[in-house]
Amino acid sequence: MAEMRYREALNQALAEELERDPNVYLMGQDISVFGGAFKVTEGLLDRFGEKRIRDTPISENTIVGLGVGSAMTGLRPVIELMTINFSLLALDQIINHAAHVRYMFGGQVSVPLVVRMPQGAGHQLGPTHSHSFEALYLHVPGLLVAVPSTAADAKGLLKTAIRDDNPVIFIEHETLYGQRGEVPDDPDFTIPFGLAAVRREGSDVTLIGISRMAQTAERAAEQLATEHGIEAEVIDPRTLRPLDLDTILESVAKTNRCVIVEEGWPHGGVGANFAALIQEQGFDDLDAPVGRVTGVDAPMPYAKSLEQISFPHEEQVIEATLALFGDRKRASRG
Amino acid sequence: MTDHQLPPSEMSLEWLRSMTLIRRFEERAGEQYTRAKVGGFLHLAIGEEATIVGTVAALRPTDYMIATYRSHGQALARGSEPGRVMAELFGRVDGLCRGRGGSMHMFDLQRRFMGGFGIVGGNLPLAAGFGLTSDYLDSDDATLCQFGDGASNQGTFGETLNLAALWSLPVVFMVTNNQFGMGTSLERHSAQTDLQRKGEGFGVPGLECDGMDVVDTWAVTTEALRIAREERQPVLVEALNYRFRGHSIADPEDYRSEEEVLEWSKRDPLVTFGDRLVAEGVLSDEQREAIDLEAIETVDAAVAFADASPEPEPSSLYDDVYVLSDQVRGWYSADHRGAGLQKGEDLS
Ligand SMILES: Cc1ncc(C[n+]2csc(CCOP(=O)(O)OP(=O)(O)O)c2C)c(N)n1
Ligand SMILES: [Mg+2]
Repeated sequence: MAEMRYREALNQALAEELERDPNVYLMGQDISVFGGAFKVTEGLLDRFGEKRIRDTPISENTIVGLGVGSAMTGLRPVIELMTINFSLLALDQIINHAAHVRYMFGGQVSVPLVVRMPQGAGHQLGPTHSHSFEALYLHVPGLLVAVPSTAADAKGLLKTAIRDDNPVIFIEHETLYGQRGEVPDDPDFTIPFGLAAVRREGSDVTLIGISRMAQTAERAAEQLATEHGIEAEVIDPRTLRPLDLDTILESVAKTNRCVIVEEGWPHGGVGANFAALIQEQGFDDLDAPVGRVTGVDAPMPYAKSLEQISFPHEEQVIEATLALFGDRKRASRG
Repeated sequence: MTDHQLPPSEMSLEWLRSMTLIRRFEERAGEQYTRAKVGGFLHLAIGEEATIVGTVAALRPTDYMIATYRSHGQALARGSEPGRVMAELFGRVDGLCRGRGGSMHMFDLQRRFMGGFGIVGGNLPLAAGFGLTSDYLDSDDATLCQFGDGASNQGTFGETLNLAALWSLPVVFMVTNNQFGMGTSLERHSAQTDLQRKGEGFGVPGLECDGMDVVDTWAVTTEALRIAREERQPVLVEALNYRFRGHSIADPEDYRSEEEVLEWSKRDPLVTFGDRLVAEGVLSDEQREAIDLEAIETVDAAVAFADASPEPEPSSLYDDVYVLSDQVRGWYSADHRGAGLQKGEDLS
């Protein structure tokens, strides 16, 4: 184990996979000389050269399409988009081609492509640079979607993403890049997709946190325990496609209550989707409606005071959780 | 109108065969559409055979070719079995894409026919990707990407030409200027109507060919591919041609006059090339008829093959959504069957 930042863990994963497989290459805007907008690719140019660490023009849709074409013909591109908001310009290539060419051509080709990008609010970047779109990509059959929330997961999941033969949408979080965590040293350390992490065990309620919200849920769980006597189980699904629904349902069968926490918008969100799955599959286990805590239903504002109330914090998670217990637990609050 | 000499006679005859097959195939596909054997959209390439065959003739078997939703002909010219192309139109299991793609999405990896794309302009970035692979692996395979005059207005056109020139990718971009994007004529959709010049600002030189003349198309494309392959730089070729049928099957063609169609039909690539072969003593009238009969028989057999091919099994619906492995063991879905790993899709 070594302690390192989330960004360093990503950098290490990229370096190890570049080392392991000569057909892996990186491309994106300002990833080589500049080292990446968030410095994830720093130092890789010196180590691997400009053939494999490629700066591109500002042409998101075409960069992704180029990646798809090269993936269809034997390479393993890892593309960095500066933020998830800019991936909207590439939705055509991501959905119509990356996700669908294999199916549409009857399985004759595969698209081993990774598109990495950060999302999330907190840096006062306003309505074009701060959103969370995991729900958008979760919607699309043919894509795999990863949302790592720790340094170890960032490394282990990225290595798996690069090795997998499916197109992967790999969603990082802007506010996590500087966070430190313990990361295994083994160069063959990987984390399989479709395996949720139970961050905290508990028997009273299941909290599911997506992306950075897994951490918010964990902090809320500590407060629920100390201040309200509620033991929350915290689950970080880590990948949304494939989804480890079994772990979620097993937990709900034990706790009988569930709250989903996400940073994105409420309508058609990840929580909406999970709530549907949980009530379809685990209705008899539920003692209360599935709760959701989401970002507010508005574009992301610039002003710090407004931005901070636009995405979930521990208070909202605690409030939503207590609401599931009715008066009995509420009474024990003070 | 061509100054080029004919290629050796066996080659000339092969081109005539290929163009004839495409013509008869397309006519029959249209017929099958009216009999409801074919669904969806059906974009025919009648009139554009010389552009297709001349281009394919210039390619090596290992070169990548990529085209649009109007590409039954490209598949046939690349050597895909006519029966499998027809079966794809019929939506049957023996179709090139097992009935997943349909008319707009032909694909034959074995023959490096890389599709068949329904998004106007969407195939250009992929072509650059194939070029990048060739470059990355130090291979001298080149890529040829066909798209329409209308597609030259997409952002991907400029973005891809810029990238291909910047990275010295061995790609020939061929704009097949059939004078219309659906019902919008060239001068109504493009400020620059001399399309071969549209790459200049990106550093991509332009060439022009007579897309109604298979020999000229072949000669110009051969040179373009040489530049791409040897000089490692992309080229834009404008192939001037005309489609004799509507954009898709359902097209009243109010946007053009009968006189215009008649005028262009005097340049029917199949007729003019056949006439030339006869005039130059390469082809006899009997041979010409025999080639036509052979094409008709091939198409008859293709229809029979497609008709006999089964419909895809409902249980195959989720096949190939993902590459399955230990990693992705199945299709974790939520549908009327419930959520979870679906039966028959779990490898374990
Ligand atoms: C992105 C996109 N926009 C619109 C369409 C609908 N559409 C299909 S073909 C076509 C015309 C394209 O014209 P052109 O590029 O000249 O090709 P042609 O059909 O003449 O071969 C249009 C508008 C589409 N398929 N994709
Ligand atoms: Mg056109």
